[in-house]
Amino acid sequence: MDINSFSPMMPTSPLSMINQVKFEDEPDLKDLFITVDEPESHVTTIETFITYRIITKTTRGEFDSSEFEVRRRYQDFIWLKGKLEEAHPTLIIPPLPEKFIVKGMVERFNDDFIETRRKALHKFLNRIADHPTLTFNEDFKIFLTAQAWELSSHKKQGPGLLSRMGQTVRAVASSMRGVKSRPEEFMEMNSFIETFSQKINLIDKISQRIYKEERDYYDEMKEYGPVHILWSASEEDLVDTLKGVASCIDKCCKATEKQMAGLSETLLPVVHEYVLYSEILMGVMKRRDQIQAELDSKVEALSYKKADPDLLTEEIGKLEDKVECANNALKADWDRWKQNMQNDIKSAFTDMAEENIHYYEQCLATWESFLSSQTNLPLEETSEDKS
Amino acid sequence: MTENNFSLKKIEISVSEAEKRTGRNAMNMQETYTAYLIETRSVENIDGQSVLTDSLWRRYSEFELLRNYLLVYYPHIVVPPLPEKRAEFVWHKLSADNMDPDFVERRRIGLENFLLRVSSHPILCRDKIFYLFLTQEGNWKETVNETGFQLKADSRLKALNATFRVKNPDKRFTDLKHYSDELQSIISHLLRVRARVADRLYGVYKVHGNYGRVFSEWSAIEKEMGDGLQSAGHHMDVYASSIDDILEDEEHYADQLKEYLFYTEALRAVCRKHELMQYDLEMAAQDLASKKQQCEELATGTVRTFSLKGMTTKLFGQETPEQREARIKVLEEQISEGEQYLKSKNLEGREFLKNAWADIERFKEQKNHDLKEALISYAVMQISMCKKGIQVWTNAKECFSKM
Repeated sequence: MDINSFSPMMPTSPLSMINQVKFEDEPDLKDLFITVDEPESHVTTIETFITYRIITKTTRGEFDSSEFEVRRRYQDFIWLKGKLEEAHPTLIIPPLPEKFIVKGMVERFNDDFIETRRKALHKFLNRIADHPTLTFNEDFKIFLTAQAWELSSHKKQGPGLLSRMGQTVRAVASSMRGVKSRPEEFMEMNSFIETFSQKINLIDKISQRIYKEERDYYDEMKEYGPVHILWSASEEDLVDTLKGVASCIDKCCKATEKQMAGLSETLLPVVHEYVLYSEILMGVMKRRDQIQAELDSKVEALSYKKADPDLLTEEIGKLEDKVECANNALKADWDRWKQNMQNDIKSAFTDMAEENIHYYEQCLATWESFLSSQTNLPLEETSEDKS
Repeated sequence: MTENNFSLKKIEISVSEAEKRTGRNAMNMQETYTAYLIETRSVENIDGQSVLTDSLWRRYSEFELLRNYLLVYYPHIVVPPLPEKRAEFVWHKLSADNMDPDFVERRRIGLENFLLRVSSHPILCRDKIFYLFLTQEGNWKETVNETGFQLKADSRLKALNATFRVKNPDKRFTDLKHYSDELQSIISHLLRVRARVADRLYGVYKVHGNYGRVFSEWSAIEKEMGDGLQSAGHHMDVYASSIDDILEDEEHYADQLKEYLFYTEALRAVCRKHELMQYDLEMAAQDLASKKQQCEELATGTVRTFSLKGMTTKLFGQETPEQREARIKVLEEQISEGEQYLKSKNLEGREFLKNAWADIERFKEQKNHDLKEALISYAVMQISMCKKGIQVWTNAKECFSKM
């Protein structure tokens, strides 16, 4: 096995995350700390893949130890997400980073891609850890603590592929029947989700576009400063001024670079995460609707007297409970999600504004310093006003 | 052509308006052109009160005529350039259309600048044709053409020939020619890069305007975040539209650089005149030397140089002493004329060098001062842009933090 190491760019200790994590749930009650770092490339005869190191530190009793270190690959994350969705169909499970990025990088092992993915995976696990329900999920615990072989054998235990397929078919079938009467609050929720999805997608596109335009601007600016240096070679009396302008332009160029880095660290990942969230929300609505549709179809069947009424009534009772559970879970999680969303969006845009302010302040200082150096000249220069 | 009461008074010249006109051209076809109003005020009283003395309308082609006249009559002067005929170094937003109001406005300023340059030049300001340009609306074109200046102009071909063949041009002028080539090249390059940078910057600002629209739409579904989003969106719109003024200002900076770009052509014109005069001088000297040689050979009877006479003599027999005597006489006359001619050419050349170099020194000082000022004004523009940016983003940040 060939192991290549990539250097981690984030603090390694989960405990150091206490001040960094901006989660709204009482942070002082946090008892599970997770980090995702050290991507490593593994080469086998069949394939090449990347694993990430996951360190968990906890004070919870149900964990056998207080510290765990495991390696997981992207596939394992997908498995975990699937299990969580299965167990909690109407909870809002956090998004995973995409499998590939359609345009731009296709290379799976590009450094930027890996780093972006690592950060997103880190966020994914932490969001689960902070979720009041999901944090106690058994599969989650196994994901964080099991050795590789233990996880493999546990994965095989789940409902078989065929039964999972069967569920999917039933789900699709029931969704085709449509929802007869979605409760008012879920109608509102759905309408919000639709508009939100539209807007967040636009914001994502706009933000990406801004980054691209800034990159193009940066590329042109890089040429701009040197032209002034070139000019200063043929102008004896303007050397200082020209070199000064060149230096200012170069400094502003660097400031642009810094601002772009800030943008790609704060705003872009957050907006993108919420683009993925909007898809998840639509999935959650569908699943809630499916559960209700199951109930509705049984109720319909009862009214048409198609099968044994006692059996049906019993089934309907169970389904009514199921629907009520699902609805309540979603309602609670929805409020929680909205609160998080507001905080995250507010934070991301405030950071972006801060980056831009800082950028302009840097440039301002540069040019003001140049200006004062040019205008505080000895008297014989300023009395040359003859034209 | 001089008019001395003109330079003694303090005058203010302005090109105050531009107007679209239609008329018929020389071929009796309808055409649209822009006319510019030139107003001249003389500062009569001690307290600086100015009185409008003249006002007339001129079009760009008349400015060109004036400048061509000045080029012919003052070849030792670095004649100020006119603003560009067509918009060059444009970035995408600016149209290259001569009728575009922004272009017309910038041209108006450029023409005013041209007149100010001429009127503040110690020699050019005294020219009568220039005075009439400012004061005599009708018939001015005829008056200029009557000077016959077009005929006095050196032919391009002659000048080109001289440039290639001159043997000993003054080193200062050779250096000046190189300098003006370099300056032209570097300013062109700078203007091109600047245009591209402007284009990109425009893109960055304008895309932010899209945030405004989407925030506004999003705010409709948000209860707590709504107000913050809405007002932040407004600031995004302000940010996006601020680039228009910023780049308009920068265009004036570009025009200042362009003036010196065009000045390089005027510098080269002076160099060319020197080369032409030097070449004529060298040719005259060469001609004189050859005649002297011929004379000497005839007198002493030795034939070292090839001459047609010598050839025919060989073929058709020797010439008589009388014939030879006659020829020597002619040559001696020619030599005497030639020596006079050479003397006056030498004098002319030295005068030209002296006057031209004086104007070039004046020009250099002006250039250093103006370019420095332009670069400083560029810094001022950048500072203003940064301050605006800080303002907008601070406002936006406040809105975001209230969400």
